[in-house]
Amino acid sequence: MSEKVFTNCTNAGPVSVYVKDGKVTRMRPLVAEEKDFKPWVIEADGKKYSPPKKFNVAPYVHADRRRLYSDDRIKYPLKRVDFDPNGERNPQNRGKSPYVRISWDEALDIVSSEIKRVSETYGNSAISGMTSSHHNWGIVGYKMGPFARFMNMLEFTPVLDNPDSWEGWHWGATHTYGFYWRLGMPEQYDLLEDALQNAEMIVLWSNDPDSTRGTYTGQESALWRQWLKEKGVKMVFIDPYHNFTAGVMEGKWIAPRMGTDTALAMAIAYVWITEDLYDKEYVKDRTIGFEEFKPYVLGETDGQPKTPEWAEEESGVKARVIRALAREWAAKRTVLSGGSRGGEGGACRVAYGTEWARMMVLLQGMQGLGKPGRSIWGTTMGAPSDTKNWFPAYADLQGRVATSKVANHLPVNPNKQRVWRLTLPDAILNPPISWYGEGFCGQSLEQQFTHFKYPMDGCSEIKLFYRYGGSFMGTMSDTSKWVRMYQSPKLEFVVNQDCWFNSETQMADIILPACTNFERDDVGEWGACGGYTCHASSGCNYRIVVRQQKCLEPMWESKSDYEIFTLLAEKLGRKEEFTDGKTELEWVKAFFDSSDLPKLISWEEFDKKGYHIINIDENYKSTPSLRWFAEGRDCDTPDTNNPKRGTEKAGHLGTYSGKIEFASESLKSKFPDDEERPVTPKYIKSWEGHHSEIFEKYPMQLMSPHPRFSFHCHYDKHTDWLDDIPVHRIKKDGYAWWPARINPVDANRRGIQSGDIVRLYNDRGSVLCIAVVTERVRHGVIHSYCSSAKYDPLTPGKSDSPDRGGCVAILTASRMVSKNVPGMTPNSCLIEIEKWEG
Amino acid sequence: MSRYSILIDVNKCNGCYNCFLSCRDEYYGNDYPPYSAAQPLNDQFWMQVKEVERGVYPKPKVSYIPKPCMHCESAPCISASKDGAVYRRADGIVMIDPEKAIGQEAIVNACPYRVVFWNAEKQIPQKCTMCAHRLDEGEKVPRCVESCPTGALVFGDLDDPNSEISKLAKEVATESLNPEFQTDSLVKYVGLPKRFVAGEIVYKDNEGECAPGVKVTLTGGGQNRESVTDIFGDFEFEGLDKNTTYTVAVAANGYAPWQTEFTTYKDVNLGEIVLERK
Repeated sequence: MSEKVFTNCTNAGPVSVYVKDGKVTRMRPLVAEEKDFKPWVIEADGKKYSPPKKFNVAPYVHADRRRLYSDDRIKYPLKRVDFDPNGERNPQNRGKSPYVRISWDEALDIVSSEIKRVSETYGNSAISGMTSSHHNWGIVGYKMGPFARFMNMLEFTPVLDNPDSWEGWHWGATHTYGFYWRLGMPEQYDLLEDALQNAEMIVLWSNDPDSTRGTYTGQESALWRQWLKEKGVKMVFIDPYHNFTAGVMEGKWIAPRMGTDTALAMAIAYVWITEDLYDKEYVKDRTIGFEEFKPYVLGETDGQPKTPEWAEEESGVKARVIRALAREWAAKRTVLSGGSRGGEGGACRVAYGTEWARMMVLLQGMQGLGKPGRSIWGTTMGAPSDTKNWFPAYADLQGRVATSKVANHLPVNPNKQRVWRLTLPDAILNPPISWYGEGFCGQSLEQQFTHFKYPMDGCSEIKLFYRYGGSFMGTMSDTSKWVRMYQSPKLEFVVNQDCWFNSETQMADIILPACTNFERDDVGEWGACGGYTCHASSGCNYRIVVRQQKCLEPMWESKSDYEIFTLLAEKLGRKEEFTDGKTELEWVKAFFDSSDLPKLISWEEFDKKGYHIINIDENYKSTPSLRWFAEGRDCDTPDTNNPKRGTEKAGHLGTYSGKIEFASESLKSKFPDDEERPVTPKYIKSWEGHHSEIFEKYPMQLMSPHPRFSFHCHYDKHTDWLDDIPVHRIKKDGYAWWPARINPVDANRRGIQSGDIVRLYNDRGSVLCIAVVTERVRHGVIHSYCSSAKYDPLTPGKSDSPDRGGCVAILTASRMVSKNVPGMTPNSCLIEIEKWEG
Repeated sequence: MSRYSILIDVNKCNGCYNCFLSCRDEYYGNDYPPYSAAQPLNDQFWMQVKEVERGVYPKPKVSYIPKPCMHCESAPCISASKDGAVYRRADGIVMIDPEKAIGQEAIVNACPYRVVFWNAEKQIPQKCTMCAHRLDEGEKVPRCVESCPTGALVFGDLDDPNSEISKLAKEVATESLNPEFQTDSLVKYVGLPKRFVAGEIVYKDNEGECAPGVKVTLTGGGQNRESVTDIFGDFEFEGLDKNTTYTVAVAANGYAPWQTEFTTYKDVNLGEIVLERK
């Protein structure tokens, strides 16, 4: 049989899939016709910058073929051997007992009857379920698609996601400059051009864009940073780890003690105030509350001036370095790169991380945020990019089979009960629980102030849990509690639906095998999130919408998620209600028809060719982010969800005052006396840091940022080619271990050498890793990525067993950012490390 | 005639391993007779990436050196092979014939770069082919070059004066990874890590301030270089020879001159250099 080439898309780039005799032989970055590319050009200092005609996908995408055929694929429906829906359920054996293969018919019977039984016995609110983030791509089959449509039909209790990667920006920065419609991260329009034309220095504060890549946009922006380096733009990296971007960019490395970044920021403000180095006109016209903030910085309110010497004491960064940085920042046009999308970064995933994120906005506010070269820019978005042609993306209501108007019928879920992802295990094990905040608070600032209680009055506790696509053992906090949750008899039935065995899969009673997006039809735009991250594909050099063609039949007995839910709906007598009378391909076509794409290409051509590149038009007009605000004009960027855009308040930010708020009006209105997220930001010593009592017992700080060669818990253990990348895993004695990086001073003190198996531990658990002794990590810090997909306890099913898979999230605290901020804090974590002699 | 080469700019490499992974995707499980036999799952790195960490905290550096077969013009593997099992194509690419090379482990051992791998199951030596099977089909570049996001890998014909690679090779000083092997490798490098010395200057009477703009000179090894400290008082001399003795001297107005001698057995961080008032 001859070779056929299909098009598809992943969460980090479009691909051409080569198939021979029904088998995928290779996958290349999508091979497009040269004439389809019309590269943009940015002129700066007499030089023209333009991207090559190619797609720079993330590393792991090159290994997607291996992931497709992984030994970890779930091949058949499975039932836990000691689970009997009509007899003993043995929930205590979840995670321990093996499975037996069953037929699809039996599996669907058990799942549908359990759904019926639980809803009839306890009410619909007893059914809950949740997804992980982004294990596949394509809007028809996306996690917000069939799963949400089906669960809404069941009127389930949704689990609210916490903004896990950017907590401080979501709960803090929003109260300083708005942008709640971007979940706290700033608009990024045309900031590449601004940086090339105007930036003299870039401060990358807790930001490693070569690792996190703007989330979905592969390595498109690596070249942009190369250009900036070649232009001689000075780069400063503030990070306890000499990260990968620092490695290739060089520049200055400043390594503060973890959790003290806010002290460093305060000292910079101190230098600016005392040396008269800030933009006073901007502060007067564009901000409010500076007069409340200034006395704190000067020490007039608490007797402690926030001098560089004080900050040196806290952070370990020399006062003279802080002073030099502050002066240069004020003197030169300086871009603040506070995380990959502008906001994000590990420094916001700590105790009181709101205060750091607020300070990032305020520091740049003191230097004229929005003026040329004075942006908050993550360096991973903001290329010239078309915004006139809309194509739905997963976070758009119009981009989901669950909520889009392309459906004739939309199931509505009237159930108001919610659970909070981070405390779901606590909710099951020790109810009641309560918290403030409605998950991703992208509709208003007030959503952050909504109080929730579980169980809600009149609702049931959760009895049936439907887990879909992925695992939290390596990504959330204090994660061995998830094992305890699963082993609770309070969860009467657990089903897990996934393409691969993940760390939570073997906690289920019934396991359903789903197929990947290479085995079904779909459509998706590369890098596009839509919704709260509008125009995210400006992180790509070219917008490309991909007709994700079915490259091969679902393997073994796997089925598309859509088909699985269709079959379950059929068993419940609700098939039409679920499918809306449409096949997957008909949904693809319906989304296509609802978009602007038909103006650019016919369905027939798109379907056959497999992609369409949306180039910028000749009259493209650059509108750099927040330039409008700095210049006192109405918002002129295409930031669609900015609610004030096009109104009489179009010149305002999304704060209550419409200005940058040193003293937050929104916090003042709701929590005027909150000392942990005060009205004006403060440096507050971490509840788990170098001042803590347990620091004596656990003197090392664990730093667990997002990984470089996998995505959350995806790829990694399902893609063993990655085990040959020593930054990712290191093979020793036939096992691929997760690296833990340690400075030679700390290593020598403990007799640890590179290649030793080490135990990282505290009162919450133990994780085995392989030691990498390196000068690139600060003294007192252990650097080990979060997101290991391999939870591999030495004693399976025992929640306090040491894990040798590298799930360092087991060690992190359950405690939240602060009392009214329900965010996770993985980077406030004290541990000890020792050579493992086990 | 042509001479295909890959010019590797180490300064541009961000260590993403795209080259390694795309190479594995092309060859794992895929036979391309008569060019190459399939790459096995383990222990073969036709495009490997070598991480080199240099210097000490707080001034470390890291470089990634992508390392394929060097396609040497004086290839020891060709000399070590029998029956013409290893040969050079007219375009310069050095190929191992997967049929003729059966049993010839000497080919692996002949390579000083250690970029030929032994397939124990098939009893054959294997290595990078610069994706010759694709080039012959009309592809413009090998998979590793196609997947490189930063332009660190440039592929082309050194004999074609109009090729990008020829132009680049004229602009920059290229070198072989290990010139001491004397194999005339076609794969060339720019920016291979050498030794560096770094330091940070502080005035004793004003330790609260960095010392920017201070003149620093380096002499030794036939070099005489000058630098000025940056805003943080930092200075650095990169590209020093190994195992060579150098002197760094610091001169700031009003302060006693300071100098030190060191030998580059490894990279050197002089740390904080405290200048005293005259």
